[in-house]
Amino acid sequence: MLRQPKIWLLFALLLAGLLPAEAAKIGDLTDTNVLDQAWRFFSLRDPSLRAVLLGSVLLGVTCGLLGSFIVVRKMSLMGDALSHAVLPGVALGFLWNMTKDPVAIFIGATIAGLLGTMAVYAITHTTRLKEDTALGLVLASFFAVGICLVKMIERLPTGAKSGIDKFFFGQAAALSTEDLQLMTGVTTVVIAAVLLCYKELLVSSFDPGFARATGLPTRLLHHGLMLMLAAAVVIALQAVGVVLVSAMLITPAAAAYLLTDRMHRMLVIAAAFGVASGVLGAFLSFLGNNLPTGPFMVLAASFLFGAAFLFGPRHGTVARWWRQRSRSQRVERENLLKAIFRVLEDREFRGEGATLQELCALRRETIEQIRQAVRALRQHGMATFDEAGEAVYLTPEGWQRARAVVRNHRLWELYLTNEAKIAADHVHADAEEIEHVLGEEVVRQLEKGLAYATRDPHGRIIPSSAEILQDDPGRRPAEGMVGYGRKT
Amino acid sequence: MTELIPPFDFQRVFIEPWTLDWRVFLWVVLMGFFVAAACGLTGVYLILRRMALVGDAISHSVLPGLAIAFLAGSLAGGGTVAGGESHDLRNPTLMFIGALAAGVVTTLLIELIHKKSRVKQDAAIGITFSSLFAIGVILISVFADKVDLDADCVLYGEVGLVASHPFVQLGGTELAPWPVARMCLVFLATGGLVLAFYKELLVSSFDSGLAASLGIKPGLMHYALMCWLSVVVVSAFEAVGAILVIAMLILPGATASLLTHRLPLIFLWTLAHAALSAVAGLHLAIWLDCPTAGAMVVAGAGLFCAAWVFSPSQGLLPGLRRRLSAAKVEAPQFDDAGGVSPGNPATPVARR
Repeated sequence: MLRQPKIWLLFALLLAGLLPAEAAKIGDLTDTNVLDQAWRFFSLRDPSLRAVLLGSVLLGVTCGLLGSFIVVRKMSLMGDALSHAVLPGVALGFLWNMTKDPVAIFIGATIAGLLGTMAVYAITHTTRLKEDTALGLVLASFFAVGICLVKMIERLPTGAKSGIDKFFFGQAAALSTEDLQLMTGVTTVVIAAVLLCYKELLVSSFDPGFARATGLPTRLLHHGLMLMLAAAVVIALQAVGVVLVSAMLITPAAAAYLLTDRMHRMLVIAAAFGVASGVLGAFLSFLGNNLPTGPFMVLAASFLFGAAFLFGPRHGTVARWWRQRSRSQRVERENLLKAIFRVLEDREFRGEGATLQELCALRRETIEQIRQAVRALRQHGMATFDEAGEAVYLTPEGWQRARAVVRNHRLWELYLTNEAKIAADHVHADAEEIEHVLGEEVVRQLEKGLAYATRDPHGRIIPSSAEILQDDPGRRPAEGMVGYGRKT
Repeated sequence: MTELIPPFDFQRVFIEPWTLDWRVFLWVVLMGFFVAAACGLTGVYLILRRMALVGDAISHSVLPGLAIAFLAGSLAGGGTVAGGESHDLRNPTLMFIGALAAGVVTTLLIELIHKKSRVKQDAAIGITFSSLFAIGVILISVFADKVDLDADCVLYGEVGLVASHPFVQLGGTELAPWPVARMCLVFLATGGLVLAFYKELLVSSFDSGLAASLGIKPGLMHYALMCWLSVVVVSAFEAVGAILVIAMLILPGATASLLTHRLPLIFLWTLAHAALSAVAGLHLAIWLDCPTAGAMVVAGAGLFCAAWVFSPSQGLLPGLRRRLSAAKVEAPQFDDAGGVSPGNPATPVARR
C-alpha cells in the first residue's frame, strides 16, 4: 500500500527500458516496412495507437491486481470459466440497442459473469459434482448460448457489420473513447478496492478459516472479488477477446508468484507484468496486418512467465538446479574428505598422506574417479597432491572440515543409538545423510546432550568441536599430526 | 426481439427436416451423436478423475497441433488452399500426429510447470492452454492462405455441413459422408477401449494405490487416457470446434452422474444424453437458425438442468420434497440420514 510511487516507477522503467530493446531486435530481423511500423508505434503519433497503449496499460494493471488474488486463492480457472461465461451477456448487451454501446455491454456481461459464478457455486453445493466439472460445464454451456446469440445477431440486417465477432479474439485497434473511459473507471475502482480492503482480501485468501473466525464477511468478499473479476474480464474483452482473457488474469500473476513471497510485491509485479505484456502484445500485433491483439498479449505474458520460471532468483528452475548441483558437489567433497580422514585414522595418523590406492579401496571407485574428486578438493583449497600425484595431503582447511564431518557423523550415530534406541548397525545410513546438513548450533546441543562423549557406538573417536576450533587454519597444527599441511 | 427469435413453426421445425430433406439431417444428427458419445464416454473418466479442466486444456491446445499439421501438409503438397480443393490438404495422418503431439505436450507442460515450480495445478493448466491456443490463433492468422482453418471453425465447428462432404464408397454404394464415417469409427473405438480396459480404468480412476498393487501403472493409464482424449478431441474438432468440445466432454457424463451412481449405468445415460442432445439440438438450430453445434450444446445444457432439478436420487425438487416430508414425519433422529420416507421410517435404522 505504501509502495504506490514504486508502481509508477516500475511502469516507467518497463516502458522505457524493455520496449526499445525488443523493437530493435525485431527491426534487425525483418524489412524496413516493419521498422517504419515500429517507429510509428513508438513515436505515438497515431491517436488510435495512443488509445491502444492506454487501454493495454489499464488492462494490465487491472488483470494483474485481480489475477494475483485469484492465483493465490487457487481459483485460476474461475477466471477462465468467467471469461467464457460473459459471452451471452455481451450479446444481450449488444442487443439492447443494436450498437456496441460499452455501458450496455458492460452491464450485460457483468451480470452474465456473475450468473456463471453463481451457477458454479450452486452446482458444487447442491450436487456431488466437483468444482472442475462445474467450471467446465458452466464455461461451455454459457459459451454455447453466447455463440448462438452472436450468430443470430449477425443474421439480423443491422448486426451483420457490427463487429461483434471481434469479441472472440480481440481487436485493440477498435477501442473507442467510451471504452477507455469505462476501462479507466473499472481500473480506478479495482485499485481503490484493493488498497482499501487489502488486509481483508489478504487474510481471506490465505486463511479463510481465520478470516471467518475474526468475523470478516468472507462470502461477501468472495462475491465482491467475483464482481470485480467479471468487470475486469469485460473491459479486457475488447482488447484480448473472450477466449484468452483468462490468460491475462492468470499468467502475469503466476509469473509474479514465482518471483516474490510477499503479497504486496506480488501485486506490484503482477501489474507491471500485465502492463508489459499488454503493451508488448499491442506492439507485436501492430507490426503485421490485421493480426489479432489478444494472442500476442497472451504470448508476451507467457514469455514473461517462462523467463520467471527459468531465471527467477529464488524459485526459478535454473537457480534451483544450480543450488542442487552445488549442494551435491559439496556432499561429494565432504565424502572424500571423510574417506581421507578414515584412511589416516586406520593408520592411527602415522605415515604420509592418504594414497589414491587406499582411497580407491575404501570408496570402491576407480583411481580416475578419485583423482577427479581430489582435483575438485584442490580447487576449493582443501587438499593437495604430492609430487608424484599418487597421494593426497589435506590443507589445514581440509583437515578442519574433514574432522567436522566425521564428528557430525559419529555424533549422530551415537545420538540415534543412545537416545532413539536404534540398533548400532542401523544408524550408519541415516548419519551419512545428515552429516552434511547439521548446523553448528545443533552440533553443540548434541554434544551437550551426549555429555561430550568421545567414542561413537563402534568405538571410534569422536573429534570434539573444541578441538576442531583449535585447529583454526590460521594456527599451527598440533604437534606430531601427519598427513596434511604440505603446501605445494 | 421478434426479429431475433423466429416464430415457432411446428411444421418447419419438426416435420419438414424428416420429410423433405431427411438424409442431410440424418447425417447431422448421427454426426452430433457420434461426437457427443465418443467425447462423453471419454469425459466420464475425466469427471471421475477430477480432470475435467485438463480436457478443457487439451481441447484448446489441439489447435496449434492442427495448424502445424496443416502447414506441414500444405508444404508437402506444395500449394495453398485454393477454393474447393482444400479437402486434399487435410491429411488425416498428419492431423492425428499433430493432435497427439499437442495433447502430450500439453500434459507434459502442465506437469512440468506444476511439479518444477510452486505454481498450482489450476494456474499451470490456464497458462499452458492459453499459450498454446494463442500460438494456434497466430499461426492461423499469419498463414491464413496455407492453413485450412478459420476462426469460426475454431469457435463452433461445422457439424451442420457434414452432409456436403464426399461419401465413403464401398462396392459402388454410398455409405456415409467421410467425417461421419471417421467419427463413427472413433466412437466405436472409444466404446471398444472402454469395454476392453473397463477394469483397469475403473480401478486406476478410483484407487490408484490399489491399481498400482494390481500391476496397473497409474501413470501409464493417465498418459494413455490423455492420448486418447487428444484423438477424440481432434476428431470432433471439425464438427464442434475447440471450445464447444468441452461441453461434449463434460455435459453427458455430468448429467449421467446426477442420475445414477453405477458406472455401467452412467455410460448408458451418457449415450442417451448424447443422442437426445443431438436430436434436440438439431431442431433448436433449425428453429433459431443458429450454429448446429452450439444448439446441440445448449440442448445438452438444458438436459443437464432438467436432471439437476428432477433427478430422483439427487435432484433439487425430490430433495426438497424429501426434506418437507421428513419434517412432517416425526422421526427427528433420522432427519439427517436423508433417506427417510413416510412409508417406512425404519429403513434408516437398517442402514445404520
